[in-house]
Amino acid sequence: MRKIAIYGKGGIGKSTTTQNIVAGLVEAGKKIMVVGCDPKADSTRLLLNGLAQRTVLDTLRDEGEDIRLEDVRKVGYGGTLCTESGGPEPGVGCAGRGIITSINLLEQLGAYSEDEKLDYAFYDVLGDVVCGGFAMPIREGKAKEIYIVVSGEMMAMYAANNICKGIVKFAEAGGVRLGGLICNSRNVDNEREMIEVLAKKLGTQMIHFIPRENMVQRAEINRKTVIDFAPDHPQADEYRALARKIDGNQMFVIPTPLEIGELETLLITYGIAA
Amino acid sequence: MLLRHTHTEILPREALTVNPAKTCQPVGAMYASLGIHNCLPHSHGSQGCCAYHRSALTRHYREPVMAATSSFTEGSSVFGGQANLIQAIDNIFTTYDPDIIAVHTTCLSETIGDDLYQITNKAVKEGKVPPGKHVFHANTPSYVGSHVTGFANMTKAMALYFSKSTGVHNGRFNIIPGYVEPSDMSEIKRLAREMGIRPILFPDTSDVLNGPQTGKYKMFPQGGTPLEDLVSTGDSMGTIALGPLASADAARALDGKWHVPCRVEDLPIGLSATDRFIDALRKAAGVSVPDSITRERGQLLDIITDMHQYFYQKKVALAGDPDHLIPLVEFLVQIDMMPIHIVTGTSGKAFEKQIQALTAHLPCKVNVKAGGDMFMLHQWIKNDPVDLLMANTYGKYMAKDDDIPFVRFGFPILDRVGHSYFPTTCYRGGMRLLEKILDVLLDRMDRDAPEERFELVM
Repeated sequence: MRKIAIYGKGGIGKSTTTQNIVAGLVEAGKKIMVVGCDPKADSTRLLLNGLAQRTVLDTLRDEGEDIRLEDVRKVGYGGTLCTESGGPEPGVGCAGRGIITSINLLEQLGAYSEDEKLDYAFYDVLGDVVCGGFAMPIREGKAKEIYIVVSGEMMAMYAANNICKGIVKFAEAGGVRLGGLICNSRNVDNEREMIEVLAKKLGTQMIHFIPRENMVQRAEINRKTVIDFAPDHPQADEYRALARKIDGNQMFVIPTPLEIGELETLLITYGIAA
Repeated sequence: MLLRHTHTEILPREALTVNPAKTCQPVGAMYASLGIHNCLPHSHGSQGCCAYHRSALTRHYREPVMAATSSFTEGSSVFGGQANLIQAIDNIFTTYDPDIIAVHTTCLSETIGDDLYQITNKAVKEGKVPPGKHVFHANTPSYVGSHVTGFANMTKAMALYFSKSTGVHNGRFNIIPGYVEPSDMSEIKRLAREMGIRPILFPDTSDVLNGPQTGKYKMFPQGGTPLEDLVSTGDSMGTIALGPLASADAARALDGKWHVPCRVEDLPIGLSATDRFIDALRKAAGVSVPDSITRERGQLLDIITDMHQYFYQKKVALAGDPDHLIPLVEFLVQIDMMPIHIVTGTSGKAFEKQIQALTAHLPCKVNVKAGGDMFMLHQWIKNDPVDLLMANTYGKYMAKDDDIPFVRFGFPILDRVGHSYFPTTCYRGGMRLLEKILDVLLDRMDRDAPEERFELVM
């Protein structure tokens, strides 16, 4: 089983991209589990067609420690197994601890065991790795591959660089590797070239460039992935292509994060200021 | 009347524990770590945690319990405890020179999400761990489980970290003794040896926390499971785990990793549970039970028959850990006592079901609660009084207020000695348990007897 964590700046489209990749892999016959690691619990909405899912932590709070796997896992698009960690409402408690508790519980319940016959487990993680809890998915024995969703906007690239700093720390001990950057286009000038250069400087690749397309929004409003909602649309093929590339990816590296000055120079040379 | 506010009306109570019947994970983890030879436990958290856990163990065993701490400050809570732990590892090996540091986490380091695997690896890479020395860890957040969970987590961690397989059997058997006294660990080893088995007992706190007074202080006493034995657990013929909650995880981990077949048995408390343990040893070694052990069993049986009239239909209230309470309840029921109020602070629905099954045929209502507290037990006792209370030292308040004969049993015992030197497990331990029970029951009869009924021979 390959365990993959998707990181990136808040609002960049991690959940949408993850679910579309998953849909692409499901089409190719893969068995997949998606673990949402965001207190907002919206990482599996498109796969479950909007079905409100009871989160692991809500279940833990209501039922106590005697939980069955079926209580916290729903079957979504194409047989995908969907779980949401959940967490406290904004401003209270500790969301990071929530993710640690939730992933530990899923392991105890055997969600990752061999009899589940999973090809992939995806962790969709909240925006920034703000504390130890949000690094849980990439600790020892968990996700070995990371993809960062990024766009040509400065703050998205800044966040991607920061996430790489976190990966270096865990890569040395736990063996996690960066598989590439996924550019979710915002129609910024020279976006493709700039992200390709950023990827190169980070020592990785831009694994795919997803063009900006309103169909993504339309599918989202209908609570579906593009592949589910409009399978013949060219955007669906973009996600299928990305899924294929991830499935065949061989390039796994420890990233080499940039100094902030270097990052700004990159923007000036290639980006909006060029 | 220190507990005079305990009332008989039992109201639903969800979010409040009064006088808990458990303590926290790191206490158990620290205790398990002390069962490795030349090992210094290390608490990854604030100083107060470590001080409490050390004092809890020191007061119970009356031996100086040593442990180090990462001494978290406000800064460590914000920036993570990596710098502190790496510095601590360096200091500990330089100053105290143990062979092994067993790190356990605390609520704080768990909540901020410190990744111990990553930090200890970094310490190794930076050369802070001298060649041949070891640092391993267990995750022990106190807001999950109890001291038993902590013991189980640390025991599993040592099994997974040290065990190796050479592919050749070492001709030995692993025995995981569970959360019992050093005296019990000696007794379990003794019986295994009498059966002709060379056990690898881990953890093993005998001769660590019940050592002799020699006039000389040794930071690392002579006892504890040797490093090479822990390594060799992967080559053993099998594992016998005593006490499912405390020991099964480690046994199953060895089975999963090195295919060392395991059996999980109850702690050998009382007649039948000890029979099952001896039977497990007999099957493991492929020998018949030697007369010496049959003789001990017969002595226990003799006390049971001689004194049966004093046990018969006596009502008992119990508080303790699930691994202890299950065989203890079985034993008390067998000698015709009636355990009617049973509470453990450790949660788990299986416990309640097991106790209900063991007490199903009793001619009275039985109250049992997992995740309960001493207050609940006291309310039950006030509603349906008992002839005997068996609990850790904290039970003495109930015993005094309600004038109940009281036998100290379990962890912690802070006001009497003996538990670390004399076992309550296996046949001889069963004899000691009965002696203690009879002492308090017969003392009570003597105290309360009118002059004309005051018997010389009982």
